[in-house]
Amino acid sequence: MSTQPDLLYSEEEEALRAAVRDLLTDHCAPADVIARVETDAPHDRALWKSLAEGMGLAGLLVPEDRGGQGASHREVAVVLEELGRAVAPVPYLTSAVVATEALLACGDADLLAALASGRTIGALAVGLHLAPGAAFTAVRVRDGLLHGELRGIADASVADVLLVPAEDGGLYAVDANAATITAQASLDLTRPVATVRLDGAPGRRLGDAEPAVRRALRAAAGLLASEQLGVADWALTETVRYLKERKQFNRPVGGFQALKHRLAQLWLEVVNLRAAARGAADALASGEDTDVIVSVAQAHAAPVAVHAAEEALQLHGGIGMTWEHPIHLYLKRAKADSIAYGTAGAHREALAARVDLQAP
Amino acid sequence: MTGAEELRVRTREFLAAHPPATTDRLDFLRAQFDAGLAWVHYPEGLGGLGAPRSLQGVVDAELAAAGAPDNDPRRNGIGLGMAAPTILKYGTEEQKQRFLKPLWTGEEVWCQLFSEPGAGSDLAGLATRAVREGDSWIVNGQKVWTSGAHNARWAILIARTDPTVPKHAGITYFLCDMTDPGVDVRPLRQITGEAEFNEVFLTDVRIPDAHRLGAVGDGWRVAQTTLNNERVAIGGMRLPREGGMIGKVAQTWRERPDLRTHDLHQRLLKLWVEAEVSRLTAERLRQQLVAGQPGPEGAGMKLAFARLNQEISGLEVELRGEEGLLYDDWTLRRPELVDFTGRDAGYRYLRAKGNSIEGGTSEVLLNIVAERVLGLPAEPRTDKDVAWKDLSR
Repeated sequence: MSTQPDLLYSEEEEALRAAVRDLLTDHCAPADVIARVETDAPHDRALWKSLAEGMGLAGLLVPEDRGGQGASHREVAVVLEELGRAVAPVPYLTSAVVATEALLACGDADLLAALASGRTIGALAVGLHLAPGAAFTAVRVRDGLLHGELRGIADASVADVLLVPAEDGGLYAVDANAATITAQASLDLTRPVATVRLDGAPGRRLGDAEPAVRRALRAAAGLLASEQLGVADWALTETVRYLKERKQFNRPVGGFQALKHRLAQLWLEVVNLRAAARGAADALASGEDTDVIVSVAQAHAAPVAVHAAEEALQLHGGIGMTWEHPIHLYLKRAKADSIAYGTAGAHREALAARVDLQAP
Repeated sequence: MTGAEELRVRTREFLAAHPPATTDRLDFLRAQFDAGLAWVHYPEGLGGLGAPRSLQGVVDAELAAAGAPDNDPRRNGIGLGMAAPTILKYGTEEQKQRFLKPLWTGEEVWCQLFSEPGAGSDLAGLATRAVREGDSWIVNGQKVWTSGAHNARWAILIARTDPTVPKHAGITYFLCDMTDPGVDVRPLRQITGEAEFNEVFLTDVRIPDAHRLGAVGDGWRVAQTTLNNERVAIGGMRLPREGGMIGKVAQTWRERPDLRTHDLHQRLLKLWVEAEVSRLTAERLRQQLVAGQPGPEGAGMKLAFARLNQEISGLEVELRGEEGLLYDDWTLRRPELVDFTGRDAGYRYLRAKGNSIEGGTSEVLLNIVAERVLGLPAEPRTDKDVAWKDLSR
């Protein structure tokens, strides 16, 4: 706590944001996302290719000498803000952050480089709902082969390789073709979850599961706050824009004080969320005070993103309830995000121990 | 003369010439002002060096390390935070030379004569009249919520100089001598039992025209500078983790396991997170200002500060259980300083109720955010093009 986190965006980070936003504006229109999520292939592989291979963003967290870009969580956070703002159906958080962090902990050079290039998509096979430090399901190892079923694995249906914790304490790389992956009907259409069934699948032991999973989930929880910031900022911006245009009673609806106060309150929540999300990204990059700031950010971010999406829906009136309008994509993402990598309550409980505010 | 290193050198030279241990406190402060080390972002000759505001920290660190006296800024918050920037922006050369130095040293404390019984959120509707008489103005009216009026030597005052034009156009800004025999300061007791504020009755108070700040009829614009600085002062304090109200209740929680319940634990953790996020937001705002990228975030800081203080202090009273039924002291006092985190939980709870009223109510601030930050339309108004004298009251 000696130094303060750097909570601003650098010029390079703003340039990165502009580049990602340009790409998403051109290639991730809301109507296309709505149409895509109802097909058998909800993920946008072309967009993933542009982000990962074209712009090199899948390797931001990986050092240059290991095939990545050698950037930090601060840059990843900016990318996630923009992906959240577009509810982009790409496995960026799950592959370029979560699976990549697990591999950084295990030190598998070939697989790390493959994920950093974006040509291979990885998924850590633990439930999306798990908080850092929570117990996770491990599969059985028999005669060197893996057996078991794992549920709620985000983006597993688009993964090429699964990182699977086993009962012997190891984390195994399993080729997705060796597993039975079944998409589950998911609340969040743009980040669907799946079951992974292993019936004697071969796996390659990468290292110890526990520290790798813990590290991956901590980074995920902290950086998810930036995605939630993107979701909330879209909801606020879009609602303000709409309420300036929409007229009832011969005036713009946005001129009524009852609505202005709600939007001003929401703006304040988003301002707070930006500081918290930047704090978490910087703390992950610097390694200072990380556990506390990550939990603070996630405990704050989840309810704000949900509130923003819910306000957007209500203040749009009837049109907000339609399938055609993209608000529902944001509401579903925000609500699923409020469970992902630990609920706000789980993070508050973690804080109670870390900042010495013990339960009765 | 703007670099940090140059300032450090200049401060050390000043300290060598005026050793704090052997220099009279007031002489030291006056010399510090004359050396341009009072507020380095002010112009030369007015206590500053025209340097970036962020470099004041360099000077203050050197002074503190040398054990130098300070100007006790909390005693003159309105002077330093509100009157000074307004005088700097709108004052004549004579006014700046006359007022800024004793203001900064604390020799002259200031108060603010803005709000009236009939003009709260609608401050521009104020009714205190100032009538021109030769080279002077004669002022009559009543002001209220005047903190520190009983200690103040001077006041910033807005009064109506033309009732025949719409309300915003008929106001003029003055610097009022609080020793004028027509100024009557009476304590106004608050729900805490204290009288930190006053009512100020103005009866034929004579103000020389030389103490008018800005043009006749331009007082509303001048007052905006004062009010914007007030909101910055109230919401923009830099605190360490658990530095504010939350630190008090966290301390109680740690020291008193007998008071803990599951319900209180959940609520405490929520507020702890909000307080920490609010602290990060204030820190981010500070970093933006230092980097020369001021954002609109400042407008929201006071809103968050008020709500959090109220919720946290309310929780603390409840946490204390049986002791929460007690109150430390109802005696009428006139405190020199206001300390939101002072005294007992009961006092803090009651005092915090003022945080969403003083310096602009939270409702007005939400309107400001909605209109100036988000660009939403203003409410239709019925008072815009009507002469002040024809408004309903």
